[in-house]
Amino acid sequence: MGGLRRKLGNIFQLGLKELRSLYRDPAMLVLIIYSFTLAIYEGATAIPEAPHRASIAVVDEDRSQASLRIINAFQLPYFIEPKAISLQEMDSGMDDGLYTFTLNIPPRFQQDLLAGRQPTIQLNVDATQVSQAFTGAGHIQQIIASETAEFVRRYRSTDALPVEAVVRTAFNPNLSRAWFGAVNEVINQITMLAIILTGAALIREREHGTIEHLLVMPVTPFEIMVGKVWAMGLVVLAAAAFALRFVVEGWLDIPIQGSLWLFAGGAALHLFAATSMGIFFGTVARSMPQLGLLVILTLIPLQILSGGVTPRESMPELVQNIMLVAPTTHFVELAQAILFRSAGPSIVWPQLLALGVIGTVFFLGALSRLRVSLR
Amino acid sequence: MNQSPAPVAEISGVSLQYGKTRALDDLSLSLPARCMVGLIGPDGVGKSSLLALIAGARKLQLGHVQVLDGDMGDAGHRRAVCPRIAYMPQGLGKNLYPTLTVFENLEFFGRLFGQDAEERHWRIAELTRSTGLAPFVERPAGKLSGGMKQKLGLCCALIHDPDLLILDEPTTGVDPLSRAQFWELIERIRGERPQMSVLVATAYMDEAQRFDHLVAMDAGQVLATGTPAELLARTGSDSLEQAFIRLLPEAKRSQHRELVIPPQPPSDSIAIEAHGLTMRFGDFVAVDRVNFRIARGEIFGFLGSNGCGKTTTMKMLTGLLPASEGEALLFGKPVDPHDMQTRQRVGYMSQAFSLYSELSVRQNLDLHARLFHLPAERRDARIQEMLERFDLTGDAESLPSSLPLGVRQRLSLAVAVIHNPEILILDEPTSGVDPVARDGFWELLVQLSREDGVTIFISTHFMNEALRCDRISLMHAGRVLDSDTPQALMAKRGLPTLEQTFIAYLEEAAAAHAGEQPATPPAAPGKPIQATGNNGRQARFSLRRLLSYTRREAMELRRDPIRATLAMLGSVLLMFIMGYGVSFDVENLTYAVLDRDQTTTSQHYLLNMAGSRYFIEQAPLANHAELDQRMRSNDISLTVEIPPNFGRDLKRGAVPQVAFWIDGAMPMRADTIKGYVQGIHLNYLQQLAREAGVDGQLAPADVAIRYRYNPDVQSLPAMAPAMIPLLLMMIPAMLTALGVVREKELGSITNFYVTPTTRLEFLLGKQLPYIALGMFNFATLALLAVFVFGIPIKGSILTLCLGALLYVTCATGLGLLMSSILNSQIAAIFGTTIVTLLPAIQFSGLIHPVSAMEGAGAFIGKLYPTSHFLIISRGVFSKALGLAELYPYFIPMLLAIPLLTLLSVAGLRKQEK
Repeated sequence: MGGLRRKLGNIFQLGLKELRSLYRDPAMLVLIIYSFTLAIYEGATAIPEAPHRASIAVVDEDRSQASLRIINAFQLPYFIEPKAISLQEMDSGMDDGLYTFTLNIPPRFQQDLLAGRQPTIQLNVDATQVSQAFTGAGHIQQIIASETAEFVRRYRSTDALPVEAVVRTAFNPNLSRAWFGAVNEVINQITMLAIILTGAALIREREHGTIEHLLVMPVTPFEIMVGKVWAMGLVVLAAAAFALRFVVEGWLDIPIQGSLWLFAGGAALHLFAATSMGIFFGTVARSMPQLGLLVILTLIPLQILSGGVTPRESMPELVQNIMLVAPTTHFVELAQAILFRSAGPSIVWPQLLALGVIGTVFFLGALSRLRVSLR
Repeated sequence: MNQSPAPVAEISGVSLQYGKTRALDDLSLSLPARCMVGLIGPDGVGKSSLLALIAGARKLQLGHVQVLDGDMGDAGHRRAVCPRIAYMPQGLGKNLYPTLTVFENLEFFGRLFGQDAEERHWRIAELTRSTGLAPFVERPAGKLSGGMKQKLGLCCALIHDPDLLILDEPTTGVDPLSRAQFWELIERIRGERPQMSVLVATAYMDEAQRFDHLVAMDAGQVLATGTPAELLARTGSDSLEQAFIRLLPEAKRSQHRELVIPPQPPSDSIAIEAHGLTMRFGDFVAVDRVNFRIARGEIFGFLGSNGCGKTTTMKMLTGLLPASEGEALLFGKPVDPHDMQTRQRVGYMSQAFSLYSELSVRQNLDLHARLFHLPAERRDARIQEMLERFDLTGDAESLPSSLPLGVRQRLSLAVAVIHNPEILILDEPTSGVDPVARDGFWELLVQLSREDGVTIFISTHFMNEALRCDRISLMHAGRVLDSDTPQALMAKRGLPTLEQTFIAYLEEAAAAHAGEQPATPPAAPGKPIQATGNNGRQARFSLRRLLSYTRREAMELRRDPIRATLAMLGSVLLMFIMGYGVSFDVENLTYAVLDRDQTTTSQHYLLNMAGSRYFIEQAPLANHAELDQRMRSNDISLTVEIPPNFGRDLKRGAVPQVAFWIDGAMPMRADTIKGYVQGIHLNYLQQLAREAGVDGQLAPADVAIRYRYNPDVQSLPAMAPAMIPLLLMMIPAMLTALGVVREKELGSITNFYVTPTTRLEFLLGKQLPYIALGMFNFATLALLAVFVFGIPIKGSILTLCLGALLYVTCATGLGLLMSSILNSQIAAIFGTTIVTLLPAIQFSGLIHPVSAMEGAGAFIGKLYPTSHFLIISRGVFSKALGLAELYPYFIPMLLAIPLLTLLSVAGLRKQEK
């Protein structure tokens, strides 16, 4: 009866207090605005289409029509205009990282081609640029194949292929990297803010003695924590919704397909998990400098290993399993499903469940540590 | 006045404004040299602001301040004169470093003033001996009692023989014995160095009594100046307390009445009770078997030196700390932290100001009224009543941080009583509050106790307040020495004042605890402390000062082993997870088949797919709806659809079409799948051609691919050299990021304001230890890569180390920049995360080469140090390169270092605004 209303009233007031505190910190507001506008825009537009603006150099020892045709086929946006270099420059250029790819077209290439002797072009790939190495090499192979075929066709007739493969991509027909990057960046900002805001707010309260003050009032640690969770969660959720609507859909012009409400529900659950994690860190760290380290040490794997940068299924099994503990892993899956594949609740319920469980575990952990951490 | 040749400080027409508050209002004043000048006045009249201006810690807004024959508005003069000024800000141990020991604190200040080891050690020995701190030189400052903290603060201030000593309420919150010792010490030092002028702000009128010259202030202006005797004569008073009240303008004076305490009505019900209450922290017994019974409506005083266990006892009563032994009862029930009913009946005010400084006065009251569930209809009236009763109406919309200490204390009390509690637990509520306000405060307490029957449990350092209590307990080192009415205690000792009585008790207890704290400092020092050559102009840049900050920062880092360990272990752990985890080999892709032909020909085609090592087949699809559903749920990332009549059409040469659907949600993965699919299809065609007996030469030219530097295109050899730059950016930056801002938030930044340290010395000094830690981190990660991951360093190790050094300097410089321009620790953590995480992970070529980027990302990527060190790291590890090839990538970092430092210097202020 009155007990519950009381509790809710306290939680509401405590959250309101968090919002007021945040409002008084203009530097924080600027940083929050930045991270949900420009940071997302930058993050989304910087990710190159693959292969995109790949640097290529050609050692053309044939200087024939056929070799020219191949060289001219490398065009923006996929390749930066190929540079003609000598055989000696090839090694040093690759060492310096000037070219990711170098082609060596042998002498008498055209002659051999037309004679059906199947000449060999050498393609050197800088394999330290892992992300471009694979796809770029494949792309170059295709270009050479089609250009030479086209070239030969003018002089010889070849048969049509007996079977055709029609390859289409679902959900993102042009495979635009910005779609993926933008949503991923929104997820990153949500996680980062939620953890920092709550963790640091707790440490600040401890360093200033205000949390002690709250604990002698008729307010329970549970209420204090839920107050922080809802207030910070709301700020981040509102910022994220704004970012999706105006930055992603508006500014970046990326169509969002699925249900925004379902996504918001998922984001709220993710925020519950991330803010609980932040509070938990706040109870573990003894001081702000320790918290700072803890945050950075968790944010790096959360951003890189949760499937937002490279596909989860290609990670080693052990890493995949470890990352199941991270709320971002589930949230990335959920966001991709809803926003790209228009998935409904019947599909994303396992992720929602996982987020709820992770959040509850961190929340309970923080709750049991809150009083102890004051000593 | 009569003997002073030239004034030590001359203030003319000074005004100071913080937001809406006017702290000083066109104030002019001349302070005589070579004597002890006291500033007295209520809180918030601008005493602290005035002292900070004279010390040069605060920026002058309007008017002139001449100190030691020069203009404090002139940076050159400030630099020249600051070695001659010592400033001790308000607040216990505010200018000390809590994790450093007494000796290390003193050493640090000695170094700042350019003293060599011999001089320092001699001075430290001298100062600690004469202050009685000698037995505690190895104790961390944070663990000292309040009185000892203030003595240490004084030692730190005196280590460079200042000509002007500025003390802002140095004895506030200090017990009477320590206070007496403190003033004796000052007297003795003045005896040895008569040329020294001392400027003190104090709330204790009995202290002011012995000063040579007094300045009474109110509302940012001077009320009167003169010797104590002159002031007494002018107002016809017999105590300074009275004189001060008479000096106040009529309006303020009228608020003051002599406090009369009606006798306590007899009460038999017990409100607070403690039996053998004990608290241990490890070996340390903070509270040792304390007993008391406090009747309802009683005012019970707790007296004792700082750190004697008063606060701990109160925390046990409120349930904040569980007692190690014994029990505490409130209203006859044991204290239970989960009992909300009892909390509703208790009001607590903690020692340090612990309200929300981001909420206005009214918002703070409102928040507490709501949390205590005052009925909505009574709430506003009650808040209004509190504002009026505690004289906060004028400040209702101000933020507490802009208010003087005394006003903040009033607010704390207002908050503590807003819900009409039956028990009030007040931990030194009047520390730092002026006499008038204190009387007003007590009037309220008396009213609460006598009229409303509120039980009051209060700790205090003011003897006149202790006298007003019904009973008091004298506490020392966790034990109650005695407990009775103040009159009875005085009678027991046969001493005329409570102060003397208390000192007698303390001395007796201290004697019993031989060596714990010498009762009186040893006789006058044998060797007088003499001025050394600090009057010459200070060097513009001093390596010694810089290194003294380095030493201190390094020591603080050492005292916080968790942070250093976290940095080292954390990066090693991350290197493992990330080195193995970040993989670009797209494998284990799931697919399903919708075979609408179901002939041997279609199965033959599909066999090609099943044989691929990249794909894992899932249960086949029955129809398009299932295809759609399973693609959406991410169960499969590829579907293959064979059309009906595939086999027949193939034989007829009707060119059937096989349809592939790829999940495009992850574009990179989709691209790779596309490549695989085309490869598999081509393979099938070649097979067909071979079966048909045609010599399969589908491609007229062959492409021979050589993957260089990493022939197997493994992710690990590519990623490990890239992880080192990533980790070396974020961890050192975050370590450094709190260096300056933490001092700003906790107050020790004042030392930087008032010592000769330049901004460059301060910043570089703080940066060095983190560069060292970063390099150690680098060595660990590099060894890990070589010996655990088995990735050899093919190129020049020296080049890699040199690059790492420059890079770590950039990273720490970036953290320091955030720290110097931002004002709160939260913002610094957040800001550092923003400027490191996104650029280092996304824009620096870790995943995609910088040359392939566009827009702002490309711009940042080209400038960001991580891009350059990434190339150096990959070049040395994988490509066997050295300085000759890689030197172009050193240049941007070489340019970035001075640029970052300059920006940090520009962002840091040498004075408080």
